[in-house]
Amino acid sequence: MNAFVEIEDVSLRYTAQSGNESTLAVEHLDLQVNQGDFIAVVGPSGCGKSTLMKLATGLHFPTSGAVRLDGKQVDGPVSIAGMAFQNPVMLPWRLTRDNVLLPMEVVNPHRQKIRRSRASYRQMADELLASVGLDGAGGQYPWQLSGGMQQRASLCRALIHDPQLLMLDEPFAALDAFTREELWCVIRDLHLDKQFTTILVTHDLREAVFLADTVYVMSARPGRIIVSRDVPIPRPRPIEVTYEKEFSDLTQELRGHIAEARS
Amino acid sequence: MLNRSESNGIQIDWVKLSPWLCTIGLFLIWEVTVRLFGIPYYILPAPTHITYAMYEFSDALWWNSVQTLWTTLAGFGLAIVFGLMLGLFIGWDKRIYSGLYPLMIGFNSIPKIAVVPILVLWFGAGWLPAVLTAFLISFFPIVVNVATGLATIEPEMEDVLRALGAKKLDIMTKVGIPRSLPYFFGALKVAITLAFIGSVLSETIAANSGIGHMMLTAQANFEVPLVFACLIALAVEGIGMYALMAGLEMRMTGWAHRSGFNR
Repeated sequence: MNAFVEIEDVSLRYTAQSGNESTLAVEHLDLQVNQGDFIAVVGPSGCGKSTLMKLATGLHFPTSGAVRLDGKQVDGPVSIAGMAFQNPVMLPWRLTRDNVLLPMEVVNPHRQKIRRSRASYRQMADELLASVGLDGAGGQYPWQLSGGMQQRASLCRALIHDPQLLMLDEPFAALDAFTREELWCVIRDLHLDKQFTTILVTHDLREAVFLADTVYVMSARPGRIIVSRDVPIPRPRPIEVTYEKEFSDLTQELRGHIAEARS
Repeated sequence: MLNRSESNGIQIDWVKLSPWLCTIGLFLIWEVTVRLFGIPYYILPAPTHITYAMYEFSDALWWNSVQTLWTTLAGFGLAIVFGLMLGLFIGWDKRIYSGLYPLMIGFNSIPKIAVVPILVLWFGAGWLPAVLTAFLISFFPIVVNVATGLATIEPEMEDVLRALGAKKLDIMTKVGIPRSLPYFFGALKVAITLAFIGSVLSETIAANSGIGHMMLTAQANFEVPLVFACLIALAVEGIGMYALMAGLEMRMTGWAHRSGFNR
């Protein structure tokens, strides 16, 4: 069986807009993610993790190698992906609910339907918001919400069009420790419920081990995968596992790999 | 103090009152200074003297004020239309932005007083050079602000939409244009006062009517109080239009001034 996301021997070279300088962001990158899997990519800063996100969603194309999604070569933006970032980037002039619905106004076939049946779409957004603990927040402006609530809303926006692939680029990095753990549980439950394939890019090893089936360690630039480590802890994982020995041993081990990658 | 005023049921809103107090205070100091030092009216007329001149020439003052107001508004209207169009065009693409920006700066650096003789040469003396000078001087801030609003869309927001297959037009109508509106309305406040400067400048060089022309005539006749009356008429018009623009800004883009509503 083919993997859902296949990144095969991919290199990507950025050319600066002025001059002939270019940087190799990733080199000989290989990554396979099966349908419904949750993987995490960790690595030293500037290792091309965000490049990986852009490659998988068709925002950038590899200089060499191939990126396939659901068996098809990625040759343009893939509308089956949802994205969330460290910065929730909500539009302040739209209600939270209308922010969540933004992808629906762009992606086919919803873009045609949403004009006619706005009310049912609104209800859909409110239900999704309620499922992440934001009951009744749909009618508020995003700037009336706390940082953690905005990030929940941002997750809803990434998931509203039922994407098969969810890309998370350090979505919890700017939150306080308690809120972060709450959101880990939110994303864990959402994944359990909807079984979308997830690629999480993060700096936080505990986050990676808690959420992912497999953790990949990337090397310093030019980035490639140097270690792949399965997380044997059974799912669904309660937040308490983060204090168990097996968990901390695993994070320690990964920490060692990152230290190697940095040197 | 606070308690007593509460018990009296009268609370003085100093923030609302202070502009009036400051204005009245300025005129009082002015009046007292002129009388105390016996400054002759042809150097600096006292406010009472100016008020009398206003009364004496009220018809001409009114008529010329209206003239200046409409040339200013005509130039300002042109500036809005062309400023918006050019701003959208420049902000559309980074390449257009970087290409045209130096030209815009160069154009804006030319003192407009140097342009008026050319306008007079082309269109003759009268209202047209006044309208055009008002337009030329006030459209720059509108262009720059609209273009900046468009050019500073968060890259994450653009990624979210582009990954879903959004076209440039989608991104502009859903994010770029609403986002640049506060910049646009902010620019209007600056632009309207500049437009007054432009039209009066042109009227003082070559026109048969308008406040600028009236000032020049009054100066030639040594009617110094009338010169000051003209200045005050201009200031009043300027404040009135500014207040109108500020009110419009609050009404149209209240979401951008959210600190007052924030929890």
